[in-house]
Amino acid sequence: MGKIFAVTLALIAILSAVPIVMNYWGPPEDISTHGHAIDEQMKDTMYEAGFSFLAAQFILGLFIWQYTGRKTGDKLKTFPGGAKGLVIAALVLVGTEILALGVIGQKAWASVYFAAPDKDAMTIQSQAGQFAFYFRYAGPDGKFGGMHPDKIDEGNQNFFGLDPENDVDARDDVISGELGVPVNRQVNLLLHSKDVGHSFYVRELRIQQDYVPGLDLAVHFTATKPGRYEIVCTQLCGLGHYNMKAYLNVMSQEDFDKWLKEKSGQ
Amino acid sequence: MSDAAAAVQHHGPPQGFLRKYVFSLDHKVIGKQYYGLALVAVFTGMFLSWLMRFHLVWPNAAIPGLQWLSRVGAPGGVMTPEYYLSLLTMHGTLMVFFVLTNAPFAAFGNYFLPIQIGAEDMAFPRFNMMSFWTTFAAFLALMTAFFIPDGPPISGWTAYAPLSAVGPDAGPGLGWGQNCWAISIALFCVASLLGSLNFIATTLDLRAKGMTLMRMPICTWAWFITSCIALLAFAVLLPACLLLILDRIAGTSFFIPAGLVVSDRLQPHAGGSPLLWQHLFWFFGHPEVYIAILPAMGIVSHILINSMRKPLLSHKVVIGSMLSIGFLSYMVWGHHMFLSGMNPFSALVFSFPTLIITIPATVLTLIWLGSLYGSNLQITTASLFSLGFISMFVSGGVSGFFLAQPSIDIYLHATYFVVGHFHLVMGVAAIFGIFAGTYFWFPKMTGRMMNETLGKIHFWFTFVGAYCIFMPFHYLGLAGNVRRYSSFVDDFMAPLMPVHKFITIAALFTGAVQLVFLFNLIYSRFKGAPAPDNPWNATSLEWTIPSPPPWDNFGGKHPVVYHDPYQYGVEGASADFIMQTSPEKLPEKS
Repeated sequence: MGKIFAVTLALIAILSAVPIVMNYWGPPEDISTHGHAIDEQMKDTMYEAGFSFLAAQFILGLFIWQYTGRKTGDKLKTFPGGAKGLVIAALVLVGTEILALGVIGQKAWASVYFAAPDKDAMTIQSQAGQFAFYFRYAGPDGKFGGMHPDKIDEGNQNFFGLDPENDVDARDDVISGELGVPVNRQVNLLLHSKDVGHSFYVRELRIQQDYVPGLDLAVHFTATKPGRYEIVCTQLCGLGHYNMKAYLNVMSQEDFDKWLKEKSGQ
Repeated sequence: MSDAAAAVQHHGPPQGFLRKYVFSLDHKVIGKQYYGLALVAVFTGMFLSWLMRFHLVWPNAAIPGLQWLSRVGAPGGVMTPEYYLSLLTMHGTLMVFFVLTNAPFAAFGNYFLPIQIGAEDMAFPRFNMMSFWTTFAAFLALMTAFFIPDGPPISGWTAYAPLSAVGPDAGPGLGWGQNCWAISIALFCVASLLGSLNFIATTLDLRAKGMTLMRMPICTWAWFITSCIALLAFAVLLPACLLLILDRIAGTSFFIPAGLVVSDRLQPHAGGSPLLWQHLFWFFGHPEVYIAILPAMGIVSHILINSMRKPLLSHKVVIGSMLSIGFLSYMVWGHHMFLSGMNPFSALVFSFPTLIITIPATVLTLIWLGSLYGSNLQITTASLFSLGFISMFVSGGVSGFFLAQPSIDIYLHATYFVVGHFHLVMGVAAIFGIFAGTYFWFPKMTGRMMNETLGKIHFWFTFVGAYCIFMPFHYLGLAGNVRRYSSFVDDFMAPLMPVHKFITIAALFTGAVQLVFLFNLIYSRFKGAPAPDNPWNATSLEWTIPSPPPWDNFGGKHPVVYHDPYQYGVEGASADFIMQTSPEKLPEKS
């Protein structure tokens, strides 16, 4: 039975690796300036994790194959180097791996979270609520009108609780259900939650960030390829969570200007 | 130890049905009660996962009879999106608390920890009884949620505020359903606190003569370390639950900030923080992973040594690794919150200890592998599950490399990759530990052997089946498949649906195989071959007493311990194993 176990283990290990090696279901193509670093980091980690996985399964199988069903008189042997050798091996191998992954990986994280947005980045505000995303552009005055939760009225399309009657800044704000952005221009996205926790996730953009009620956050990115990409909610937010989505529409600067004008005309 | 032993609350033999089987003070009966409760919970939880997997791939198909479970949640047998989330919450809560905490730790720990250290019972038998019945009350409180008109809560087992805190405005199940959940978990915390105190006191005070700390078997050590972790972890979750209950019913705002508009209603709260809940919850939540896995590591080591007929390469290194895992488990909770909006610098601080935990985990794995080398491995169902545990632990562990890194978490967080990771490493691996323990100790607990043929059938299908279910989850995650969705409505998901179908079929099949285990358990309990005192030729104290043991374990005698726990294959000894209580002198090492 030991031999069957060993073969099963080897088969499982190989079959598990096939879809990854053949890249059947990898991440979609990256369309951001920072995503490359994340993809590289994932690839490096895959090599190290994949190696550890295969090595451990094969060695486990090998030893089970070899040491099952020996005769009772057979002499027991001790692993060369003993526990001390193995502890040193773990410290050196895993220690180096951790340092390498940890230190290099911080760069990818830093590029998203530690760098301040560019001065000329376009600021867009997004609001997540059960179960829709809305986006707000400041309009020609470059200022967002203040938000008043008590004025939120979805029936009258006042999703952000604006008060244009008393608030000059709010009058030219442009509201959209789709996140339109110009290509190759940095966007600083402000995240505001209306009710419970939500999350902003665009696979192609390699961006994911929670919306935290009571805590306004920001994340910045530059999209490099025109197209429509799905924005999905990844923080469990209630019964419609599975259906909470919007689209990121990356356009050329001209198309974007036209698009924004159309939106403001509504 | 004799002075300390006098401090134990002695109790006489049980009188009457109630004291014998229901409100028993006997740690062995309480251990079996925990096991029974875990068994009910695990089959319920598994059944819920069947319903969920079925719904994910056939969202519009009616499940015959489901309308009987909830008319609102499944009109005509077709599950609504919110009922999917209700089942998801219940599946997670049942499995994490009532299975993975109860079975390897509370059930086996209760039964075997006192015996393995040579004690007559736990230090506080009445506390012990209370902790089981409080757990039982917690279970009832949780199950009550099924009978509330709008069903169990839809906020997941993590119950993130403010979704879980603002009340019924936020959605179905978030009224009394969520209250049931919070009350249940608060009760569970109280029970676990009582239980872990008891374990610690018992281990420190009631060891038999000669049973030094380093002579305790590895599983005793694992239960001891786990109880230290549980004492600190549940002590944080308990107040968190109490604050949640206050937010829900007393109008406080611990977790709810100002200005939230839920269901068009401005919520009458101000000043709270949703992140506070996440910090408190994960301060418990991460150590909880180790509460589930450490006892399994201990049980598996204990069984493997017996099956290999030789001790592990180093007893001390194994215990040291488990201690450092326990210690580190308190420094990593923030890795669940990389994208939660906490300061991005802290992500780096949490990332490093998370990666460092890989070192003791790797040491353990290498020790198991290195000890297999040159052994005389005996294949039994118990050893098969123990070897399967190692394989699963490795497979679930390596994906931790990815998730420990905040930069990669940006892409993989909240995807099925995470689901695959924790199901393998804490779910399947821990459950393999429970299975191994069951096949190994069943003869001691019942006086009858389990059927090995059925056991092996159970193992093979479960081992391959579990890989078929949980490995593809990683592929889905790499493709960006988001978790906690009740159905996949967009084009992006279309190419991934065959993978989901494969998983569902594997889950239905592997689940069905568990009925073989259930049958074996019940059949062997009544019809199994009578078990000798020491069927596996093992060395620790539980094998020195009759199967099943008498109510006071050692029949009024006080065992004396002469040896380290695992004297297998000692050259020049009279047999290939020397029991801990055997006065036989070890041959001098040349």
